[in-house]
Amino acid sequence: MSAFNAIGEEREIDRDEFTPGVEPQPTWCPGCGDFGVLKSLKQALPEVGKNPEEVLTVTGIGCSGKLNSYLDTYGFHTIHGRSLPVARAAKLANPEVEVIAAGGDGDGYGIGGNHFIHTARENHDMTYIVFNNEIFGLTKGQTSPTSPKGHKSKTQPSGSAKSPLRPLSLSLNAGATYVARTAAVNPNQAKEIIKEAIEHDGFAHIDFLTQCPTWNKDARQYVPYVDVQESDDYDFDVHDREEAARMMRETEDVLNEGTVLTGRYYVDDESPSYTQEKQAVGEMPEQPIAERYFDEDGEWERSYDLLDRHK
Amino acid sequence: MSDEELIWRVSGGSGDGIDSTSQNFAKALMRSGLDVFTHRHYPSRIRGGHTYVEIRAAGHEVQSRGDGYNFLLALGDSFARNPQEEAYYGNEEIKPLSENLDELREGGVIVYDEGLLTEDDVAELDLEERAEENDWHVYPVDLRGLAKEHGREVMRNTAGVGITAGLLDMELEHIEDLMSDAMGGDVLEANLEILHEAYEMVGDEIEVEHDLRAPTGEHDTEQALLSGSNAIAYGAIDGGCRFIAGYPMTPWTDVFTILSQNFPDIGGVSEQVEDEIAAAALAVGASHAGAKAMSGSSGGGFALMSEPLGLAEMTETPLVLVESMRAGPSTGMPTKPEQGDLEFVLYTSQGDSSRVVFAPGNIEEAYEQTRLAFHIAWEYQIPTIIIYDQKLSGENKNVDVEFFDREPEPGLGSTLTEEELAEAAHDNSGKFKRFQHESENGVSPRSLPGQKDGRYLATGNEHSPVGHISEDPDNRVYQMDRRMQKLESIRTELEEEHESNQTYFGEDDAEYGIITWGSSQGAVQEAVERLNEQGHSVKGLSVSDMMPFAETEVTEFLESVDEAMVVEMNATAQFRGLIQKELGRFGEKMTSLLKYNGNPFEPAEIVEGYEVNVADEDREPTAQVRIEPAAGD
Repeated sequence: MSAFNAIGEEREIDRDEFTPGVEPQPTWCPGCGDFGVLKSLKQALPEVGKNPEEVLTVTGIGCSGKLNSYLDTYGFHTIHGRSLPVARAAKLANPEVEVIAAGGDGDGYGIGGNHFIHTARENHDMTYIVFNNEIFGLTKGQTSPTSPKGHKSKTQPSGSAKSPLRPLSLSLNAGATYVARTAAVNPNQAKEIIKEAIEHDGFAHIDFLTQCPTWNKDARQYVPYVDVQESDDYDFDVHDREEAARMMRETEDVLNEGTVLTGRYYVDDESPSYTQEKQAVGEMPEQPIAERYFDEDGEWERSYDLLDRHK
Repeated sequence: MSDEELIWRVSGGSGDGIDSTSQNFAKALMRSGLDVFTHRHYPSRIRGGHTYVEIRAAGHEVQSRGDGYNFLLALGDSFARNPQEEAYYGNEEIKPLSENLDELREGGVIVYDEGLLTEDDVAELDLEERAEENDWHVYPVDLRGLAKEHGREVMRNTAGVGITAGLLDMELEHIEDLMSDAMGGDVLEANLEILHEAYEMVGDEIEVEHDLRAPTGEHDTEQALLSGSNAIAYGAIDGGCRFIAGYPMTPWTDVFTILSQNFPDIGGVSEQVEDEIAAAALAVGASHAGAKAMSGSSGGGFALMSEPLGLAEMTETPLVLVESMRAGPSTGMPTKPEQGDLEFVLYTSQGDSSRVVFAPGNIEEAYEQTRLAFHIAWEYQIPTIIIYDQKLSGENKNVDVEFFDREPEPGLGSTLTEEELAEAAHDNSGKFKRFQHESENGVSPRSLPGQKDGRYLATGNEHSPVGHISEDPDNRVYQMDRRMQKLESIRTELEEEHESNQTYFGEDDAEYGIITWGSSQGAVQEAVERLNEQGHSVKGLSVSDMMPFAETEVTEFLESVDEAMVVEMNATAQFRGLIQKELGRFGEKMTSLLKYNGNPFEPAEIVEGYEVNVADEDREPTAQVRIEPAAGD
């Protein structure tokens, strides 16, 4: 008998199964964009046929980090900036588990920036949702890596002298094979993008615009938005790296001017995922490592058998 | 100092093949029936710069490097010959000869490569004069020329080994066998020619003037030559480890490399990642998902691991980390050993955090305790750390092959199967009460992502039984007490179910004690033997259980002696401090003998420390060691 029967279990899955019991109630502020991510995820998961027990959500610290407290899957709420290394190793230990990592812009683009670059570079088969509200929320309103230049906060009282980070361009250049931006105010598009990201075999990065009604009051609520796939003004091939890069730059430029462009920017279905690459070079077994510990007939190598070279 | 031992030092430039040559020669000596122990000295440089390896070989047990040595093979530093004049590392060909003379014993043998060193260079050393004073026997041989004649210059190592074998009157059989294992074709042929020609030069062209001969011995069982890093890697494999993540850093890299090279064949996964925070976080993630995982580093890299270490503790994720110490602070001396990270490893991470810390003192203990570390980590869901140092990492010793003939332990400890999960406690929304327990030992069984009926949230925040973030005071106390309970449970298991991790030397009723930890063990063992041979009454204790601390055993040992000297390689007496903190007494009974110059203890330094301190001889220790008086002095 398999040790992981919840994986790939085929049955009718109700969206409510992803909601924990009476507690805990979200501690997010009324009007917070984070509700939008939670809702879209709860809708997307049953539609792609995932049941709660085969999904592992790994989050960082911040308001966004509490996502998996309110989502009834296996969850790992890690520490500031470290969701990706934890998530990608879980995937390596058991590639059959559906791994979704999530965190905020400070968490993922700031303190976890290095991990973001390398996880994208390695093209791990996982979804990474960054709740981008251009502010540190839980620590009460400091300037974040995506805050616009000139943004005033308690830690940058004269206005930030830094240009904001460009998350879409960064992940494309680092090696992500699915890059999209969506917004909490656009739930239908968000759900579809999350579904595509989960089904994508490789690192899928979603920059998810979430408004912060408490600490970023003056900032835009990301409406009105334009869906680049729906608009005739933006005709480009999402499979073409150059065109995707150009669209991303434009999207990131105009966001600072108040125009919100959302949609899929880059989809590379051809490149193998890291798991596939690693298996191809012989660095990873076909059977999940985790499964092997439950395999009673499994052969376990002994160091005694490795000693010849030392004799 | 036994005359029945050979301590062969081969010196040259880093990158000249000193390490591989000596490894093979040590193996040949082992195969001839001798016990061997190697000590490696190298600079933090890739090519060039003086390096040496010492092989101590005897017909009896050897647990440490000796005091000085009795055979020098000085190969010169070929990388010192920089075509660009006045390159910063300049003219250092002579160093492998000049830098090693101080520790050569009386009556010792010197072979140097006259093909590489000019007469003028050698003349500057007053070698003749010093040889006469110390009764050294000097043999200049054109090793380079011989190597070039039959093959390539780099084969002068082989010529050196051939001369050595000739001068020591050894058989070539084992050396030839090892060469044919390592190489083939023309290269093998050329090397064999060089070996034989060099060997036959002794007697033909070189007249033997010295008495030193290779010792003889016999092993009852088959032997293997292993380093501490090999032992840790093999202990991990037998402990069920199949996932490792790391970032290269000397000397931790050895363990990382050995596992990375073995894992493709045995179905494990190795990941070299962007930094040490990621490395330890990967190990946590892999363990969470059901792999027995390991990471590690040396001091500077371990500093970065303090976050994931705390996360593992709070989320009760099993994890094994290794910390291979080198001299600090900061980057310190990358290739030199020190036992200076003990306090750092014990207290890394915020809050009342706890972990299990083992400090193996020799190759066998390194294997044993790494295996145990995996068992304890997965049974009790707690981070376990193996702390050792550059010395133990790089030294090689022969070990009885049968020692490793045992079954691996691939169990996941207190992890439930789906059948067990179906019976386990859940809350009314169907979530598994992962962090609740009714057992005595503080352990709450866990589930793995993908298992039916096992959903829960792991979090670095304080949390409720199903894993929800909670700041409820009662829950906090309940969860803290439960986690803290584990250390006591582990202490009980270590005392009752396993053989002691502590090692004792000497007679039980001795009056004086020497206490040490980690890699200083071998030198202490030998010092205790010598002191007793000289008529002193001394016993030794080498402690491995740092957390939970070996309270009972250390207390009994200290109660049984009049005074004790604590021997460790650091400047602040960290281990002695730990004893005082853990036991709350004995301050007046303990003196410290400290060494922190980058070189490990030699047995004679410990003997001398004892003489100065206990026999109260009116002199300062001559070596680079420091005596720190007892608290009551």
